[in-house]
Amino acid sequence: MNNEMTSQLSSYITREILKDPSRSIAPNEPLLSSGLVDSFSLVDVALFVEDTFGVRIEDTELNVSTFDTLEQLAAIILSRM
Amino acid sequence: MSTLAEILLSHFQQHPEQIAIHLQNAGRDDIPISYGDLIERAGAYADLYASRGLHPGDVIVLILEHGEPLIYSFYGAILHGAIPSIMPFLTEKLSPERYREDLASLISVTQPAAVLTYPEFEGEIRSAIGMNGSVREILLTSEAGEPTRINFDDLPGMTSSSESITLLQHSSGTTGLQKGVALSHTAVLNQLNAYRNAIQLTFDDVVVSWLPLYHDMGLIAGFIMPILEGIPLVLMSPFDWVRAPQRLLQAVSKYKGTLSWLPNFAYNFCAQKIRDRHLEGVDLSSWRAIINCSEPVRYESHVQFHEKFRGYGLKFDALQTSYAMAENVFGVTQSDLQKGPSVDEIDREGFLHEHVARHATNDKPSMRMMSSGSAISNTKIRVMDEQGREVPERKIGEIALLSNSMLTEYHHRPDATSKAFRDGWYLTGDYGYIANGELYVTGRKKDMIIIGGKNVYPQDIESLVGQVADVHAGRVVAFGIFDEAAGTEEVVVVAETDAQDPDEIKRISDTVRIHVTKNSAVALRWVHLVGPKWLLKTSSGKIARSANKEKYLKQTGRQLS
Repeated sequence: MNNEMTSQLSSYITREILKDPSRSIAPNEPLLSSGLVDSFSLVDVALFVEDTFGVRIEDTELNVSTFDTLEQLAAIILSRM
Repeated sequence: MSTLAEILLSHFQQHPEQIAIHLQNAGRDDIPISYGDLIERAGAYADLYASRGLHPGDVIVLILEHGEPLIYSFYGAILHGAIPSIMPFLTEKLSPERYREDLASLISVTQPAAVLTYPEFEGEIRSAIGMNGSVREILLTSEAGEPTRINFDDLPGMTSSSESITLLQHSSGTTGLQKGVALSHTAVLNQLNAYRNAIQLTFDDVVVSWLPLYHDMGLIAGFIMPILEGIPLVLMSPFDWVRAPQRLLQAVSKYKGTLSWLPNFAYNFCAQKIRDRHLEGVDLSSWRAIINCSEPVRYESHVQFHEKFRGYGLKFDALQTSYAMAENVFGVTQSDLQKGPSVDEIDREGFLHEHVARHATNDKPSMRMMSSGSAISNTKIRVMDEQGREVPERKIGEIALLSNSMLTEYHHRPDATSKAFRDGWYLTGDYGYIANGELYVTGRKKDMIIIGGKNVYPQDIESLVGQVADVHAGRVVAFGIFDEAAGTEEVVVVAETDAQDPDEIKRISDTVRIHVTKNSAVALRWVHLVGPKWLLKTSSGKIARSANKEKYLKQTGRQLS
């Protein structure tokens, strides 16, 4: 479940945000602190999570301490499903 | 009243209970700040500045995030007659090393007497600036005392001359060459006087802003103007807005907001990211002017924004434009709020090859331009050719301006100040044309890229990319291409490498992205690695940005815009 989720998130981010679908993102790869995902794209990630998994991520949670990696994000999603 | 401090005093005396600012923070209750609170708390900062030996005319750099300390310390400096200057705070994606370098370079140009920051950030600031430069004091927000009865007679700011410098705004420049725009009380008040008339400001207005205060649009339109004019301001953090753009519309609805200023990309961003479920009960009918400013203005962005929010009471007539710059304090032009900005359909060939904006004819390709309005009453604009001669209507040239709200100087940069003027006219570096008295901005002289209202210099990006191992230093080009969907530019980097293995190329391109973001806070959308000798050079051996941009667009099949 967790793996499937991180790979769904990874393919969304590489396709829509990085515009490089051939790339993949490791579950423990930093996204925000590395600058790979910038603040203008955070709201897209939150909307994707909401539309795909039916889980709400509050905008106050969209920061490095809540999620910097897909692993962390998947854990939040699972805890709310 | 001829100084900012005198105006603050009159608000304090006339209506101390009136709310000056509704301060918003995501996840917390809004904080109402009355003129009484604002000025007494600012007074506590003025006392701190005085107790640490700072004099009127000293520059105080404020390194603070959105919040109460930033507001009070700014006006505290005004009351003390010192010169506040707001510097962006460290963001999580920018590397601390790079931030320290930027800060050190800014300090060496600005030569502030003091820096104010949070206790948690003191170490960072100390290590960045050392103590042997101009900075005599590092002040902490924790050191400001409780507000007490304020004695205006003792405040040095009350005796400031109207021609003295009241604040410094940081204009953009390439790394190491940022310029502090020094503005006098007179310049600021002349600007407010003219701009207030241009937007027909009344006491029924409510300004709603998420704009950062280190940028002229946020600092003047979204901070100083409403407070000095006695108009309520609803102020939210840019960080909160970018994570939940609906907050802007919710705030307009909650406080019956009437006026906002936005960079062009924000129209697209709001239209694309906000969902109907975010807007339950939202009513935008009070919003009388949403003014598009600080990057090229696009009619398509207005249409997209209106389509999305018309069901919530948004009027198309509310969508307006302005052309503004820190060097004129803020506004240069403003669209007529009664009729909105004109839209001009021009001939594409004439625009691209003859530098003229002719009316489009049916049989030829055309392009749509939206005006930024007419010059505000204190400002004259002129479009000039390379020799400094005024060109006729519809001819494209450099925009120059003359006003009584111009900067006094670029702080400690006499070289930049004298280069900026020609026969008393300020040269903006932007290209445009005038038709029927309205200004159309068409481009700019320098290769600067504007992303979401932020100015980015390609040479800074190129030098960062050149630092990455496996990229040939000096064989890199960066340029902006307009992204229709986002309503702003995005940065493309093309760099030469010897690497051939696709995995290796992917790794280098990731390294480039990360290195650039950490050191410039600019996200690269497109990194295009190419083999040796791909890049075109000019006869003098310099990398030609526009020629390489054309080559890139042709090769990748992307549209030229």
